[in-house]
Amino acid sequence: MQSTTRLFDDNSRKALADAPLQQALGKLSSNFTVKRALAAARLPEFEALRDQARDIKDHVLAHLDIYLERFEANVVAQGGVVHWCRDADEARATVLAICHEAGARTATKSKSMITEEIALNDHLEANGIEPIETDLGEYIIQLRHEHPSHLIAPAIHLNKNQVEATFRAAHTDLPPGRNLEEPRSLLEEARAKLRRRFLDADVGITGANMLIAETGSIVTVTNEGNADLTMTLPRVHIAIASIEKIVPTLEDATTLLRVLARSATGQENSVYTTFATGSRRTDDADGPSAFHVVLLDGGRSSLIGGAFQDMLRCIRCGACLNHCPVYGAIGGHAYGWVYSGPIGSVLTPGLIGIAEAAKLPGASTLCGRCEAVCPVRIPLPRLLRQWREKEFEQGLQSKTARFGLGLWAFLARRPQLYRAVVGVVMRILGRLARRHGSFYNLPFAAGWTADRELPAPEGRTFIDQWRARAGGHR
Amino acid sequence: MNTSSLQPPASPRIGLFVTCLVDVVRPSIGFAAVRLLEAAGARVEVPLAQTCCGQPAYNSGDREDTCAIARQVIEAFAGFDYVVAPSGSCAGMLRRHYPELFETADPWRARAEDLAGRTWELLSFLADVMQADIVGDWPARATYHDACSGLRELGVKTQPRSLLAGIAGLELIEAPTAETCCGFGGTFCVKYPDISTKIVDAKLDDAAATGAGLLLGGDLGCLMNIAGRAKRRGVPLEVRHTAEVLAGMTDLPAIGSGRG
Repeated sequence: MQSTTRLFDDNSRKALADAPLQQALGKLSSNFTVKRALAAARLPEFEALRDQARDIKDHVLAHLDIYLERFEANVVAQGGVVHWCRDADEARATVLAICHEAGARTATKSKSMITEEIALNDHLEANGIEPIETDLGEYIIQLRHEHPSHLIAPAIHLNKNQVEATFRAAHTDLPPGRNLEEPRSLLEEARAKLRRRFLDADVGITGANMLIAETGSIVTVTNEGNADLTMTLPRVHIAIASIEKIVPTLEDATTLLRVLARSATGQENSVYTTFATGSRRTDDADGPSAFHVVLLDGGRSSLIGGAFQDMLRCIRCGACLNHCPVYGAIGGHAYGWVYSGPIGSVLTPGLIGIAEAAKLPGASTLCGRCEAVCPVRIPLPRLLRQWREKEFEQGLQSKTARFGLGLWAFLARRPQLYRAVVGVVMRILGRLARRHGSFYNLPFAAGWTADRELPAPEGRTFIDQWRARAGGHR
Repeated sequence: MNTSSLQPPASPRIGLFVTCLVDVVRPSIGFAAVRLLEAAGARVEVPLAQTCCGQPAYNSGDREDTCAIARQVIEAFAGFDYVVAPSGSCAGMLRRHYPELFETADPWRARAEDLAGRTWELLSFLADVMQADIVGDWPARATYHDACSGLRELGVKTQPRSLLAGIAGLELIEAPTAETCCGFGGTFCVKYPDISTKIVDAKLDDAAATGAGLLLGGDLGCLMNIAGRAKRRGVPLEVRHTAEVLAGMTDLPAIGSGRG
C-alpha cells in the first residue's frame, strides 16, 4: 500500500474537521475501552495471562526458524503447501499464480491486514480477478474504495447514513425506494449480496490470527463467520500471514485467544474461532481441495534481535488504538499507512522506513495507556522514543525543533548560565502578564498560544527566591 | 497541619527537585512543597545546580543531552535521604528512566539506580513515606486529573485523594475520564497543536460535566495546558496544583489567572 504518512499533519487536520468521523470516534470509549476493562476485571488471572502471552511470543521470536519449519512440515503432512515470500511483490505474485492455476475469476476474502500491506486487491483486479471483501466493514469500504481505519473495525470512521448512501450507489439492481433506515436492513442487504458471491467464488483468501506449528493449522477469529464461508466454500483456500504469527502449540494458541478477544472487544471469545488444518480429506463433508499458506516476511526478519523486536509480539487486537488519545482524536486514516494508533506509529517506521514515517513516532503524548492495556505487554512508549532517537540521529526532525531543543539543552547543561537567562526572562514575562495572568499570544510559543493561553510566570524563579532567603540552606 | 508517625530517619534530609516548570512558571508550588515537607518533619534543601530532568531531550530522541543532564542531576542530588519532586512526570523520569540511560557496566548506572531508589513524587511521598496528616479547611467542589506519568509510572492515584480528604469542605467529584491524558505530552502540544487541542477539549468537557468549578492535579505541565485552554474557551474552571491546596495557599490566583 502506498503511504501518505508524510502528509500526517494535513491528514490529521482533515480528520479533526470530519464530523462523521468525530462522531464515530466519540463512541470508542463506550464500544471498546469500557468493555475491555469489564472483561479484564471479570477474569482474576487476566494479568497473569498477559505475562504468559508475552512469554509465548518472546519464545517464538527467539526460535522463529524452528517453529516456521515445523509449521511447514505439518502443513505439508496435511496436504497443504507453504509459500515463503520475502516481500510484497513475491506475496502478490504467489497469490496471483495460485488464482491463475485455479482458473479463478472471483476470490472471496475475509479480513486480512497483510493483504492491505501488500495491496493485494489492486493487484488481483489489475490481473482480471475480482476480489470480494466479505467482512461487513471491509465490504463497505471496498465499495467506497477506502482502506481500513482500525485493526478490527475497518469501517469505524463511517456512520449509518454514509453506509446507506454507499449501498444505494452500489446496489443499483435493488428498488431505489427500499427502506434502509435500520442498521439491520443494511446488514441484511449486505448479507444477501454476499451470499451469492460466497457460493460463486473460485478461491477464498483469509488472513490468520495465528499459525500453529505443532499441527500446521491456521486460526481465524471473526464475529461474522465470514472467514469460515471464505475458507470452506471455494475449491482453493489461501491463508496469508506474516511470519511472526506462529505459535508453538494448540495450548499456546488458546492462551493467546484468552487475551485477544477480551483486549479487543471485551468479549470472552469472538463469535467464531476456527482452526483450519490442511485440505479436504476424503471423508470430510466440505472444505477446499487445495490449501495454501502464504508466509510473508515483509521486513519482519530484519527486526528480529534488534531494538524493535518487541513489536513483533503484537496480536492485532486494537486495544492500543482504542485507548490512545491521539487515535481517538484523528482516527486511523490520518496515519497514512496500513497500521494506525500506537502500534502503527511503531510498526510503520519498521516496515517502510523511518524517513517515510518520520511524523508518526512523535504523534504520541507518551501517556502510557497503550502499554497499560497491551495483552502482550509491548513497551510502546519506549519503542516510540527509540524511533525518535533514530530520527534525531538521522536529522529527520524539523530545523526549528532541532534549534529550539539545541538551545534549551545548551542552557540546561549549564546551571549558572541557565539561572541567569531564565531569571531575567521570567521577571520580564511575569511583569508583562501580571494583570491578565496569561499570554494570548507569544511569538516564540505560537504552537502553544494558537489554541490556548500560556499561563504566565509568577515572576522571580523559585531558585532565585530560595537563594535570597536567609538561612543555612545551600 | 500536623504530622503523625514518621518512618526512619526521623527527620529525613530531602533534596527538593523543583522541576523546571515550577521553578520558572509557578514557584508557589515549590514553596507549597517545602511547607508540606517541613510540616511533615523533613529537612528540605534545594541544590542550586538543578535545571530540568531532561525530558524535553529524552522525548525528542536526544540521548546525549539527556544523559548529560541526568549525570548533572545525579551529581547534584547525591547524599540526600530522599529526592522529592512536585511532579509525577519528572519524578518518573528520575525513577524509571534514568537507570535505563546507562549501560549496566557504566558506573553511572549504579548511581542512577541509587537516585531512582530515593526519588519520590511529592504527594505519594507525603502519604506513603511521611504518612503526613494534613488538616485544612477550604470549601470547594473539585475534580481530579490523574497525570499520566505519575499514574502509570509511579502508581500515584489514591495518595492525593487521601491527603485531600483532610481538607474540610473540599468535595471531590470524580470524572469518569480522570485517567485520560490531557493532551499536553511535553513538546507534543506544540508539535501537534491541533490534536492536542482536541484532546484537552475532551478533558475540559468531562471536567465541566462533573459540575466542579475546580480541577486539581499534581503536574504543572498538564495544569498549564488545561488552564490555558479553559481560559481561551471561556470555560469557568479554576486549575490548581494539589500541593498548593494542601499547604493552604488558596489565596493565590489560580493557574493562568491574573491579579487584576
